[in-house]
Amino acid sequence: MELLLSSIELLVRWDVILALLVGSIGGVIIGAIPGVGPAVAIAILLPATFAMEPIVGLTMLLGIYGSSMYGGAIPAILMNTPGTAVNALTTYDGHPIAAKGNPQRALSLAYSASFFGGIFSIICLIFLSQLLAVVAPHFGSREIFLAALLGIVLVVLAHRGQVLAAGMLACLGIFINTVGLEPVRYTRRFTFDQTWLASGIDLIVVVLGLFALSQAFLLLVQADERPKPVEVGGRLFDGLKEVLGFKRVATVSSSFGVMMGMIPGVGEFTAQFFSYTYAQRTSKEPEKFGKGAPEGLIASEAANNAVPGAAMIPLLALGIPGEALTAMMLSVFYVHNVIPGPQLFANQMDFVLALYFALFILNVIVLLFLVFSTRGLLHVVRIPTRFLGIIILTLGFVGVYSLRNSMTDCAIAAGFGIFGLILKRLNLPVVPIVLGMVLGGIMEIKLRSAMARVKTPLDFVDRPIAAIIFGLIVLIIALHIRTYIKSRKQSDN
Amino acid sequence: MPESSLKSRPSHNPQRGDIFFASLFLLATLLLLSQIGTETSWVKGTKFFAQPRFWPAVGLIGMTVFASLYFVRSVLSKRAENEVKEVILWLKSLEYTLWFMAYVVIVPILGYLISTLVFVYALSLRTGYRERSILLMSGVTAVAIVVIFKGFLSVKIPGGQLYEIFPGAIRNFMILYL
Repeated sequence: MELLLSSIELLVRWDVILALLVGSIGGVIIGAIPGVGPAVAIAILLPATFAMEPIVGLTMLLGIYGSSMYGGAIPAILMNTPGTAVNALTTYDGHPIAAKGNPQRALSLAYSASFFGGIFSIICLIFLSQLLAVVAPHFGSREIFLAALLGIVLVVLAHRGQVLAAGMLACLGIFINTVGLEPVRYTRRFTFDQTWLASGIDLIVVVLGLFALSQAFLLLVQADERPKPVEVGGRLFDGLKEVLGFKRVATVSSSFGVMMGMIPGVGEFTAQFFSYTYAQRTSKEPEKFGKGAPEGLIASEAANNAVPGAAMIPLLALGIPGEALTAMMLSVFYVHNVIPGPQLFANQMDFVLALYFALFILNVIVLLFLVFSTRGLLHVVRIPTRFLGIIILTLGFVGVYSLRNSMTDCAIAAGFGIFGLILKRLNLPVVPIVLGMVLGGIMEIKLRSAMARVKTPLDFVDRPIAAIIFGLIVLIIALHIRTYIKSRKQSDN
Repeated sequence: MPESSLKSRPSHNPQRGDIFFASLFLLATLLLLSQIGTETSWVKGTKFFAQPRFWPAVGLIGMTVFASLYFVRSVLSKRAENEVKEVILWLKSLEYTLWFMAYVVIVPILGYLISTLVFVYALSLRTGYRERSILLMSGVTAVAIVVIFKGFLSVKIPGGQLYEIFPGAIRNFMILYL
């Protein structure tokens, strides 16, 4: 009870409430604008949150992360253009429902399924927190090293059909992280006698280049698009009742979201894929999927909105981010000298609970905001794309320049912006670079400290958790190779 | 995660510019790998895993292996049309990189507010906007960005040299909030 009160006390402050409001409403608006997305917004806002207390800064970023997918459903349903990449599956059934003259029904279903997924994941997490508090202290250096390695393996293998590209980009991230002074002996690594490279390449500069500047450049070089106005009438309250009519699909999809969110490197797409496939296979009318099936829309939205809460688990419990957005949030912890990991659960459980409560409140705020403001948001969705590029470029400057007022940082970010544009044009993933940088840094530190206590290679996996994680890595790679060989045989036939 | 992860794509589907990118990436990787002896050090009496060279080597060897396979697959795949057209589009982004760097250079001189107004307005004209509504929106957006980030969020952006010409109180206000 004392823990509960302490966590509520952390939240009941004007600055936290303001951060929650700005984050959640801002996240919806950002999500609703195709071409922006939460990664761009979080990257831009990141340096600004460094001056805030960790709970304030994290609440704001969490607000953007947790609410952007709600907003992303609006253009996905009304214009067949996903607001954020993870709303792509929402277009399959959401847009056909809207096209049949029921845009309010599709929107209402999407909001309600998202709300269901969000709340379901928070309930799961509150119960799982107790379990994590017991398990997390058993993670030593070798377990954290292996968990980070598992994250790298998963992020590479999760990009099906793009494994080679994801592998080379994850290794690029590992390499970039090593540039500068080596952390123990302070010898120079790949600085080419340049003083500006001695301090290394900042993660935030890379993130801003890859996410924000690349998106701005992309919008500026492509032809200008002006989305047409769409009218939405009727009530947006009724969806919750309809979602409860499909509570099996909503619950299973949310469970997939929680499971996939907790596994580093997997995330929303895999959760959606599993839940959509499940919903279609168990539906009485599978032929309607892709043509306006409400279960399809519910599966997609419930799964992706269950992920943000669950993605906080590896971050908070082990200090290991599962994807780019939580990797960015990790830097907020580091700036304030709060080290996420087993000790956080043991010593600052109230802080962890406060973050879960914040997630709960933001889901309520977002649902209410959307029910009453969707019609107003439709104007925001219609911003011409090149003008949007100009705004992102201007905001990208704030993010990079405010770090340390360095022109060099801006030039490096611009370089990564061009690199990010090329990757986006080639449909290659950007996320492995960021995760390679973050997880590479963790692996370097943890391997060094783990090897000090290890005499033979077998000692490395002689503890139960280390052995389980190692077994998982081997199993996942073996399964991937098996699936690959199988698919090659099928395509040859 | 990319959208493509939703569906398995066992056969490589080349995008325009794929071979150009694969060649360039592999070349850069091999160049970096060739420098590992001079750009990293090997410390005697230090364990293999704790060597300063160990992790750059992990990254570069990984890059070489994956980039080589990616290159081979790109070469063996069906060639996409209009490779050069795609590369020209990439190069077009250099113009906007220059715009961005010009903005970075003028902020410490003209100050954040004036630079942002000039940048947003000029870039709007460059990208073909002529309607009064968009140009008005440019001005409003520029002012809003400055007020929100510097005025409210107090991000660290120094005052411009131009602010020195203003009298004391106004100058201080502008340095702090604009």
